[in-house]
Amino acid sequence: MTAPLLEVNELVTTFPAETGRAAVVDGLSLSIAAGEVLALVGESGCGKSVTALSILRLVPKPGRIESGRIRVAGRDVRALPITEMRAVRGALAAMIFQEPMTSLNPVQTVGAQVVEAIRLHERVSADVARRRCVDLFERVGIPDADARFESFPHQLSGGLKQRVMIAMALSMQPKLLIADEPTTALDVTIQAQILELLREIRDRFGMAILLISHNLGVVNELADRVAVMYAGRVAEEGTRTELLAHPRHPYTQRLLASIPSRTRRGEPLAEIPGVVPSPGEWPVGCRFTTRCHRAFEPCAEIVPDATAISDTHRAWCHAVAREESS
Amino acid sequence: MLAYAVRRLAYGFLVVLGVLGLLFALFFVYADPHDMARRAVGEKASPGVLDDWIKQHGYDRPKLEQLRDHYWKMLTFDFGRSDLDDVPIARRLREGAGPSLVFTVPAFAIGLLLAIQLSLFVAYFRDSYIDRTILLIAVLEMSVSILLYIIGGQFLIGKILNWFPISGFDPDPALIPRFIAMPVLIYSLAGVGGDVRFYRTVFIEEMNRDYVRTARAKGAGDGRVMLRHVLRNSMIPILTNVVTAIPFLFMGSLLIESFFGIPGLGAVTVDAVQANDFSTLRVVVYIDALLFIVFQIVTDFTYTLADPRVRFE
Amino acid sequence: MEGYVVSNAVVGALVAGAAYTVRAVRRSRQWSQAFRELGRRRPIALCAIAFYVALGLADSVAWIDASATGIAAYEPSSLVDRLFPAEFQERSYSAPFAFEEFYGGAGLRHPGQHWLGTDIRGRDVLHMALKGARVALLLGGLTSLIVIPLALFFGMSAGYFGGRIDEAVFFAISLLSSIPTLLLLIALIVALGRGPVQVCFAMGVTSWVGFSRVIRGETLKLRELDYVAAARALGASDARILLRHILPNVMHLVVITFVLLFSGMVLTEAVLAFLGIGLDGSWGQMIDQARDELARDPIVYWNILAAFAALFFLILSVNRVGDAIRDILDPRTVRENV
Repeated sequence: MTAPLLEVNELVTTFPAETGRAAVVDGLSLSIAAGEVLALVGESGCGKSVTALSILRLVPKPGRIESGRIRVAGRDVRALPITEMRAVRGALAAMIFQEPMTSLNPVQTVGAQVVEAIRLHERVSADVARRRCVDLFERVGIPDADARFESFPHQLSGGLKQRVMIAMALSMQPKLLIADEPTTALDVTIQAQILELLREIRDRFGMAILLISHNLGVVNELADRVAVMYAGRVAEEGTRTELLAHPRHPYTQRLLASIPSRTRRGEPLAEIPGVVPSPGEWPVGCRFTTRCHRAFEPCAEIVPDATAISDTHRAWCHAVAREESS
Repeated sequence: MLAYAVRRLAYGFLVVLGVLGLLFALFFVYADPHDMARRAVGEKASPGVLDDWIKQHGYDRPKLEQLRDHYWKMLTFDFGRSDLDDVPIARRLREGAGPSLVFTVPAFAIGLLLAIQLSLFVAYFRDSYIDRTILLIAVLEMSVSILLYIIGGQFLIGKILNWFPISGFDPDPALIPRFIAMPVLIYSLAGVGGDVRFYRTVFIEEMNRDYVRTARAKGAGDGRVMLRHVLRNSMIPILTNVVTAIPFLFMGSLLIESFFGIPGLGAVTVDAVQANDFSTLRVVVYIDALLFIVFQIVTDFTYTLADPRVRFE
Repeated sequence: MEGYVVSNAVVGALVAGAAYTVRAVRRSRQWSQAFRELGRRRPIALCAIAFYVALGLADSVAWIDASATGIAAYEPSSLVDRLFPAEFQERSYSAPFAFEEFYGGAGLRHPGQHWLGTDIRGRDVLHMALKGARVALLLGGLTSLIVIPLALFFGMSAGYFGGRIDEAVFFAISLLSSIPTLLLLIALIVALGRGPVQVCFAMGVTSWVGFSRVIRGETLKLRELDYVAAARALGASDARILLRHILPNVMHLVVITFVLLFSGMVLTEAVLAFLGIGLDGSWGQMIDQARDELARDPIVYWNILAAFAALFFLILSVNRVGDAIRDILDPRTVRENV
């Protein structure tokens, strides 16, 4: 069993809130092996993006990482001095973001931005960097790559911009790619193309990918394993088939049930009652208690431990624990 | 692009015509020729002398004719002579431009560089004690009337410390630095507080943008982020400020030139105001407005250099 | 009607208006919350402003006291005037708390009672400084009363109706903003005359332009919002939409701009006073009159210092409050703080 490429242990990241600081990510643990795609799924506001940013230590002030261990390719990221952290960013682990529209510098050509990504980590001449960039553009499927080098972001479509972002992220052949909602801002047809591209990348380079998404369809297309997040904690994790076909955590079950389906035509849409509680209003125990249809005595008071359902499938839920022990 | 340029220039020209109309209303319709004559010739002058003066300066003609004359003269830059002392106005302007520029240009350059550097620094340390302290100082600085800076500066540096002469001006290039040292110092520092607050807001807004996050994710260091990314993207508001300020460089500063005895265009304006010299005053206002309009148009075109998104409009 | 009767009536109207505003603010949760937040962040500055306002109001309530001696029997004296003894004027300079004249050492009529000394004509400096408050507030208040409705009217019309109206308003804005403010002010005052009303009018004309542009921009944004379209679909008239939907949503800009304009105008008036075209009795005029005295030996500093201090603390307080109001009301910073 090779060491995982990404290992996150009990990550706690806080932001200021009405009552002191709120842990937007509260004791989150996950791991990804090389060549594996782990999807981190959850509703808006559950802390997925903050988790991703925490891995690269990009959490915007006034947020900060309070505790936890983050290891990328064996290196303890939190202990690194900032100069070495910058060497990691873009080279060992790279990130692409949700809004390609605004994630590129509007006054620089896209080529210049990719070249910057290269020259920040390697001492190469401008010519060599340019050639590598054009090469990357071709590999991510940007037509007319040589001419596109001189284009400005506003001259490119959303899909092309995202491809540029991917090219930029791949430029130093990182071992880990963090993709934060890479297709959410794109048209459905373009979504499919980008997903195809990501699949190719995984197959060709053996890269580990942390895919953040709230879209279960995307998850189904790309993920090997899935972790479901709720209010800063992981609720359930397992392989894609395990989770999507046999969800055990009440939240995951409700989430999957709420997807409109052809087979249940004519029925009212199932929804999860209530709303995600804000950081100040979290119950002491399991955070899903207030909306859970299977909650019982221990739920509100005691934080559930992981219950193993199989070698690869775990859930953090008292109800599941009770089922498994019987 | 060409069509846009032509349209822009035409609109600017229309505004110039409008300004001239406004000036005409102010200076010809409301002004009383007898008052003007009396002020020029003397309170005790006989009615005959007054009438002669009025006729000589053309204030007795029908309004429509004066209007046409006014427009034609202004548009052809035929400024005539001062109502007060008969000196050709154009010559006054020419002589005044030099002294004004000699202190406004260095003052502006120093003030701008200082403000931008300070603002970048403060924006980078936003919400820290450094930031809050500097902002507090900026508000204090802004709240003090510029009169205090001038008077206080003159008093402190000129009288007590006696480093520089309190006022005066000498066109000899070797002596100029002595005389403009204080005006430059005061003019450049007086506006820093307000500028720092403005640029700080601009920089902070850019710092919050997504592409800055991308740059950091690529591994860019803070210095590079601030200079290569934030500053470059802030060029539009900065450029606007700079180009808009250029007309003021020509017109000098009314206050500074009065207080420091610099014979620039500001002093010309102040003299005209205090003597009710309408003929000079309206030319000064016209030139200033003209410069302003011209440089507004220039600003529009420099945008295309600063921001590629604007290029293809 | 006697001037002071009018001024008393205006004060009464202002107080009534203020009472009405307070009631309206208390009714609205958004505004009372904002105000409470303001009180939390800038208590000192608010107290200072309240002090100045009280001074200004006190100085505006005046009447003639026929039984008094000297001038007071013929000219109205305000509440501020009555704080000082009658016939308070000396012959010439005296230092603060002095018992004799500054130059020459002759005796004073009221030795030791001039806390901030007297100026070249023997007038008590503290008295003049206090009276300056009214002039400053008059300038800021009256001018804003001109500026705000003008800017709202033109800005909202231009933004909402667009087309020809927008072009016309935009042209007027371009026109007025092409002439640098100070020069335009000077031109207007020189042409119209140097009375207080003309000065306020001139300041109003030069100040409404920038604000009107902001209102126009905001109206353009609001016009596209869904609830405006919904209101129109329900048959609401343009006037109703403007008054009920657009105006309340630009009020925060009005408040912010008013405060910021105020300090700018008072400072500009000081400059105008130096040029000889300011308002009578203002601090700027005090400064202008006192300027030469710094060259004397020994120097006379108390009058110019008093005027600067009075000016400084008002402007500083207004700026501080203005910043806080902008932080509280600006929707962008609201989002950041959340």
